[in-house]
Amino acid sequence: MDIRLPEAEPSDEERIAIDALLGPPESAWDGGSRGRSRDSHVSYGGRAARERRHLLLPALQALQARVGWISEGGLGYVCARLSVPPADAWGVATFYALLATEPRPRRVVHVCDDIACRARGARALTAAIESECGAPLPHAENGGHIALDRERPAWMRSPCLGLCDAVPAALVTEAGTSPIERQLGNVTIGLVRSLLAGAAPPKTDGAAEAMVPQRGDPALRLLARAGSVDPTRLDAYRAAGGGKALARALELGPERVIAEVVESKLVGRGGAAFPTGRKWDAVRRQPATPHYLICNADESEPGTFKDRVLLTHDPFAVVESMAIAGFATGCEKGYLYLRAEYPLAHERIGNALSQMRRAGMLGENILGRGVRFDIEIRRGAGAYICGEETAIFESIEGKRGEPRNKPPYPVQHGLFGKPTVVNNVETLANIPRIVLEGGAAFARTGTAQSTGTRLFCLSGNVARPGVYEVACGTTLGALLELAGGVPNGRRLAAILLGGAAGAFVRPDELGLRLTHEDTRAAGVTLGSGVVMVFDETVDLHDAVLRIAAFFRDESCGQCVPCRVGTVRQEEALHRIAGGCARGGVAAELALIDEIGVAMRDGSICGLGQTAYAAVESAVKRLRLFPTAERKKS
Amino acid sequence: MNPQMAPSRKGESEPRRASARPAVELAIDGRTVSVPEGTTILGACRGIGIEIPTLCYLETLRPVNVCRLCMVEVDGSRVLVPSCSRPVEAGMKVHTGTERVRHTRKLVLELLASSVDLSTTPGIDALLQEYGCRPERFGPRAAAADAGVRDGAVAGHHEPPDPRTAATVAQPVKVDNDLYVRDYGKCILCYKCVEACGPDHQNTFAIAVAGRGFEARISTEMAVTLPDSACVYCGNCIAVCPTGALMVRSEFDMRAAGTWDEARQTKTDTICPYCGVGCTLTLHVQDGQIVKASSPLANDITRGNLCIKGRFGWRFVQPRERDGRAREGDACA
Ligand SMILES: Cc1cc2nc3c(=O)[nH]c(=O)nc-3n(C[C@H](O)[C@H](O)[C@H](O)COP(=O)(O)O)c2cc1C
Ligand code: SF4
Ligand code: SF4
Ligand code: SF4
Ligand code: FES
Ligand code: FES
Repeated sequence: MDIRLPEAEPSDEERIAIDALLGPPESAWDGGSRGRSRDSHVSYGGRAARERRHLLLPALQALQARVGWISEGGLGYVCARLSVPPADAWGVATFYALLATEPRPRRVVHVCDDIACRARGARALTAAIESECGAPLPHAENGGHIALDRERPAWMRSPCLGLCDAVPAALVTEAGTSPIERQLGNVTIGLVRSLLAGAAPPKTDGAAEAMVPQRGDPALRLLARAGSVDPTRLDAYRAAGGGKALARALELGPERVIAEVVESKLVGRGGAAFPTGRKWDAVRRQPATPHYLICNADESEPGTFKDRVLLTHDPFAVVESMAIAGFATGCEKGYLYLRAEYPLAHERIGNALSQMRRAGMLGENILGRGVRFDIEIRRGAGAYICGEETAIFESIEGKRGEPRNKPPYPVQHGLFGKPTVVNNVETLANIPRIVLEGGAAFARTGTAQSTGTRLFCLSGNVARPGVYEVACGTTLGALLELAGGVPNGRRLAAILLGGAAGAFVRPDELGLRLTHEDTRAAGVTLGSGVVMVFDETVDLHDAVLRIAAFFRDESCGQCVPCRVGTVRQEEALHRIAGGCARGGVAAELALIDEIGVAMRDGSICGLGQTAYAAVESAVKRLRLFPTAERKKS
Repeated sequence: MNPQMAPSRKGESEPRRASARPAVELAIDGRTVSVPEGTTILGACRGIGIEIPTLCYLETLRPVNVCRLCMVEVDGSRVLVPSCSRPVEAGMKVHTGTERVRHTRKLVLELLASSVDLSTTPGIDALLQEYGCRPERFGPRAAAADAGVRDGAVAGHHEPPDPRTAATVAQPVKVDNDLYVRDYGKCILCYKCVEACGPDHQNTFAIAVAGRGFEARISTEMAVTLPDSACVYCGNCIAVCPTGALMVRSEFDMRAAGTWDEARQTKTDTICPYCGVGCTLTLHVQDGQIVKASSPLANDITRGNLCIKGRFGWRFVQPRERDGRAREGDACA
């Protein structure tokens, strides 16, 4: 390929960051010092370099972590090293919210401005930050161009950070030779002030966010170890029973493992509720090789934080489960695609991988049985859409995270065009028990169609927010009780079930049994296990507007119904909220419905297909927008 | 382990040749149809004279199925199906004109017409009328963005909407070279130019989609001007653009002067005189002057493509005094 590179040279800092990831350039062709001819048209090492295209996102992340933004010279150097056309790389860099393509301060405090945090004071917090410390980035008046002092920390609003159990939440990122990434819970204006003044962010050991209120309950399965067993030591994991399932799976062989998973009737916990055993069996049977396994740890659905708890408090179990899944489906390579906002999970999983490699539980010859499987962590960069299974493929392949049209399905044509199994973290976390106890025993918990236990993320106005594990079939009301109900003697106003892609339910629907069949019959969804509680003091109109804004921000922009539909939906809701509905509220609601139906029917992926779901439930279930009188702002 | 080289385009298997494949039987609007395996639903429909509107589809490019105008209903599918990319399957029951289908098509057209300038999109008025579109119902159009604002949009952040207006992609035309202009206020983001410049035809990769959501846009790296980009001015992107967002300079200037009149134009096929490849050139002539050169899509070898010389190198034919813009060679980069 003939590639024309930008004129600008990389800085030393940028060159070091990229070389640390990719190794030193092998030749002038590969971006070495003599590689820049005057007209900057250069040919590269062809296939070998192009096969490294999948390193594009890690390379851009390396620049971001070291320098704090992606400059022309830095981008050009990455393109030279990986043989990627600069326009293409620019398209990728501008896709992700946590990659800056304009100069950005080294330190940025990302303050959550999403629904769960808003239910508990985030709007007051962001207003206070704005008045004390100035407007957030990006400054609108510059049209996004950020010209400022890069040594002066700045702040930005952020969508849900997956820390809704310790609200308001924030994420601090600081570029440099030893970059800082830290998630912070229970954020105060004082903390933000000091962070913006340059103070070191407080250390978080994860205990504060453990938030497993049921900790110690002997009935817990998925959460049995979370918060009670040291998540940093393999021997502690083993002493608590970990590791046996992998050995047992290798004894059983792939077919028996899959048979047990089929019998367990386990369905995916990532939102789509697809039978896991069927997916595994389909991948196992594909003649094309290699097969790939992806553990979906992108967890960006607003209100979802269950996977974070598993990843940070039971990381060995996640890795062991992946090893079993990889063995059963004929994969030798697995990827764990982790959302960027979970630095502690990154550290813990990385630690688990190296300890388990050393113990022979991963690698070339697992437990001495000639089985080969290893795992690579890939991190997202701020894009909810990259949790969609085909968008993950694109992201790992080094492209924009744009979902693919299905069919072909991932089991036939997934990552790098090969058969691929994608499973959610929680789905996988059920596997060891199924292997050890058998699928039939697993299926005895829950209902006939919804087996096992499920994790629910309780947030908003509940006495004890956190991740709860209950058997499928528990009622919404019982779950709410478990979390202590609505505090301060206030009245329950609504619950957002399943996430931003889910639906609001009313206080009189607490009898709903939390199963796939019951929720489907009621026209709602369990989604990713979000149970976000709003009391009477919460401005639900504001929550609906925020959800509409979220979908507009997170649409990949590929297809028309979603790209423009999410804009028109948000505009119409703002017209209603602002008291300037065109033709009356009823007419606006009818228009929103027309847009919503087209988004659901015509969009490529689940994002567009569900972008109307919560809004629709606010209109039709909560009757939030009375059509008789017009609402004043 | 070395991951396999990804297919150059998203989720694509190799294109299939429709001929020499076993026949597949399916039902379209109640009629039984038999077509070669690998035919798309769109192809099968066209074969029996059922018209389905398309915007992002073109015979010479691999389908990206992003505009969602060609949607049809297929029994057993929860959502509608893009006919331009979905291969037929035995026993499939396809419906091309149901209420659901018409609704989504109508909304797609309205959403585009309310946010993009479609004034130079051939055939769009008839479609808007056929589907009863009223794009103005989303509110009056917002003012055009200043130059560079959309190019600098930051992913994941947007200003709260202005309840009085409907957002658009309106922005100043990019006029940065003598050969063609980029008027992204007319861009429906059909990806055709990116495909033509990249893996499907030209392999130059001068442009790509940047940003995301409503701020997604066609861009060079860092949004540099075309002369600073990898563009080689083949104009193959212009040839595939369905909206006139990409337009040769001669047409753009004549439209601005109000002298462009397709009714007065004739098209004459000839052979490009520059090299031994011998591409077919279609000369568009108005009032005895060549005003544009194109190349027929229906040519198996060149598929509508040309190089800078064929597409732009015809000005020397014009008498100098009648074309103030004619000059020695066409300066570009
Ligand atoms: C916009 C969007 C975002 C998604 N995000 C996630 C996610 O963060 N984690 C996840 O496990 N699944 C997510 N999913 C669902 C995945 O596409 C996929 O169904 C799931 O990972 C499959 O695993 P499972 O069968 O174990 O649930 C998302 C889907 C959509 C449409
Ligand atoms: S539905 Fe939205 S997010 Fe999904 S592919 Fe279409 S534009 Fe992208
Ligand atoms: S003129 Fe040719 S090289 Fe330039 S952008 Fe268009 S297709 Fe690409
Ligand atoms: S410029 Fe034209 S061809 Fe390119 S995406 Fe826009 S409308 Fe399509
Ligand atoms: S962390 Fe703020 S809403 Fe989830
Ligand atoms: S023509 Fe099929 S989606 Fe655009």
